[in-house]
Amino acid sequence: MTAMVKAEGVHKSYGAAHILKGIDLEVAPREVFCLVGPSGSGKSTFLRCINHLEQINAGRLYVDGDLVGYRQKGDKLYELKDSEVAAQRRDIGMVFQRFNLFPHMTAIENVMEAPVMVKGESKAVARERAARLLDRVGLGDKGGNYPTQLSGGQQQRVAIARALAMEPKLMLFDEPTSALDPELVGDVLDVMRDLADSGMTMIVVTHEMGFAREVGDNLVFMDGGVVVESGHPRDVLGNPQHDRTKAFLSKVL
Amino acid sequence: MTDKLDKDPGPADTPPAGAVPPEAIRAIPVRHYGRWISAVVVIGLVVALIVAFSQGNVRWATVPEKLFDPSILRGVVNTIWISITAMALGLALGVLFAVMRLSKNPVTSTIAWFYIWLFRGTPVYVQLLIWFNLALIFPILNLGFYKDEMTQVMTPFLAALLGLGLNEGAYMAEIVRAGIQSVDEGQTEASHALGMTRTQTMRRVVLPQAMRVIVPPSGNEFINMLKTSSLVVAVQYFDLLRAAQDIASTSFAVMEMFFVASIWYLALTSVFSVGQYYLERRYARGALRSLPPTPLQKIKAKLSSFSNRKAVA
Repeated sequence: MTAMVKAEGVHKSYGAAHILKGIDLEVAPREVFCLVGPSGSGKSTFLRCINHLEQINAGRLYVDGDLVGYRQKGDKLYELKDSEVAAQRRDIGMVFQRFNLFPHMTAIENVMEAPVMVKGESKAVARERAARLLDRVGLGDKGGNYPTQLSGGQQQRVAIARALAMEPKLMLFDEPTSALDPELVGDVLDVMRDLADSGMTMIVVTHEMGFAREVGDNLVFMDGGVVVESGHPRDVLGNPQHDRTKAFLSKVL
Repeated sequence: MTDKLDKDPGPADTPPAGAVPPEAIRAIPVRHYGRWISAVVVIGLVVALIVAFSQGNVRWATVPEKLFDPSILRGVVNTIWISITAMALGLALGVLFAVMRLSKNPVTSTIAWFYIWLFRGTPVYVQLLIWFNLALIFPILNLGFYKDEMTQVMTPFLAALLGLGLNEGAYMAEIVRAGIQSVDEGQTEASHALGMTRTQTMRRVVLPQAMRVIVPPSGNEFINMLKTSSLVVAVQYFDLLRAAQDIASTSFAVMEMFFVASIWYLALTSVFSVGQYYLERRYARGALRSLPPTPLQKIKAKLSSFSNRKAVA
C-alpha cells in the first residue's frame, strides 16, 4: 500500500532562516497523524509544503505516490505549471488557523465555489452537496449567512465543509482551534472526530493534546525543524523519551 | 445551534410590574452662547452674498431660459459620453497596469511603473494638446492594415478620449493596486488550497474583495472626470462648457452661461454621487454584519412607523 504522504529529507529555508532541517515521515491512508511542537518548530511550514503552498528546497515529498510540485524525468526535476499545481491541490483539503473563508460569499457559496469553478460542476449539484456538508458540520440553517455573521467556531466548521466539498483524499489542519474562544473548540473537534471516524486521512497540527491522544493514530513531536520523537500519541504523550519533548509537554499538559 | 444574532430584548429589559420608576433627572442645560453668535455671523455673511449677487449685473432670467437650450443639452450628453468612455478606458487600463505592476515579471512591472510615472506626472491639459496635435509629428497613421491621414483619425472625440482615458488609467492603476494589496494573503492561500488557479483566484476571490477598497475612490475619480472633461474644450470637442461658451459669445450673456454650465455640472455630480452610494453598498456585502438601509428604505421605515403610531392612537 502506498503511503498517503511520504517525506524524504525535506528541507525548507526562507533566506538565511533554515526552518525544516530534513524531515522524514510517512502517513498511511485512513490515519490521523498529529504534529505537535513549540511555535517556530516548523510544523505549520511542513504542512504547507504538502500542498505546495511553500516550495521545498531539498528532499522529496510525495502525496499518494505523486511528487508534489515537480515532475521527475530521469534524474531531472521539472517544475509543474500553475494549472498542474492547482490540479494536485484538488485532492488535498486544507483548514487554516484563521479560517480564511471568503467574506464576500455566504456560507453555502463558500462551500460551492471550488466544485463549480475547479471541477466545473453544475450549481444545482454543488448546492445540494454543500447543503448536505453544512448539515453534517451542524450548520444546515446557516447557509445564507455571511462569514462575519457567524461565530469563530461556526466559521471554522464552514471552512471544513468547504474543504470537504472537493472530496479530498487527504485533509490538512493547521491549528484549527487555536484562534477560537475556548467554549467553541469542542464543536470543531467534534466535527474532526466524526471525520476521522469516517476514515479520512488527516494531518493535524494542534495544541489540543486531548484530541491527539484520543483520536490520533500517530504523533510526531517537532522542534527546531527536525522530528524529535514519534510514535503512538498515548506513548509519546504519556511516556516521552526525549528531554525536549518532556520540557514541551510539561508546559502544555 | 440555537444562538441568535439578533437578540430580542429579554425579560430583564422590562421593569418589574408594579415597581416605582426612578425619578428622571431634570437639570438646566448648559447655554451655548458662542453657538448663537457664530450662527448669526454666518447667516449675515450669506445674506450679504445673496444681496450682492442679486444687485450685480446679471440677467437672471437668461439662466432658466438657456438651461434646456438644445445646444446645451447636446453639450450635456457629450460631457456624459466622454466622461463615461474615458472612465471605462481608464478603468480597463487601471486593472491592466495594476496587475502588470504587481507581476513578478520585472519587464512588465517596470513598464507599468513607467506608464504611471509618465501619465500622472504631466498635466492632463498638456496630454490633451499632445494627442490633438499628433499630426504635427505623424502626418500619416500607418498601422499596416490601416492607413489614413492623422488629422482624419484624431478627431476631437478621440483626442479627448485618449487624453482623459490614459491619464485616468494611471490614477486608476494605483487605486486598483491598493485594492488588490488590501486583500488578506490568507484569501489567496485558501483559494489555491482548494485547487483554484491564479487567474481564478484573482477573478473570483481577490478582485471582488478589492472592489470594496476600489469603488469609493473610483467614484471620486468619476466625479472628478465629469468636471475635468471641461478641459476638452482645448481639443475642439463639443462638451457642456463649449456649448455654453458658444451661446455666450453670440448672446453676450457670458456669466449667465457659466452659471448654466455650473448648474448642469452640479446636477450631474449629484446624480452620480447617489449611484456611487448604491455601488459601495453592493460591494460592502459580507464586510458588514448588516448593510445600512438605503435612503428609500429609511423613508419607508419612517412612513410605516408613522402610520403604525396613527393606528395605535
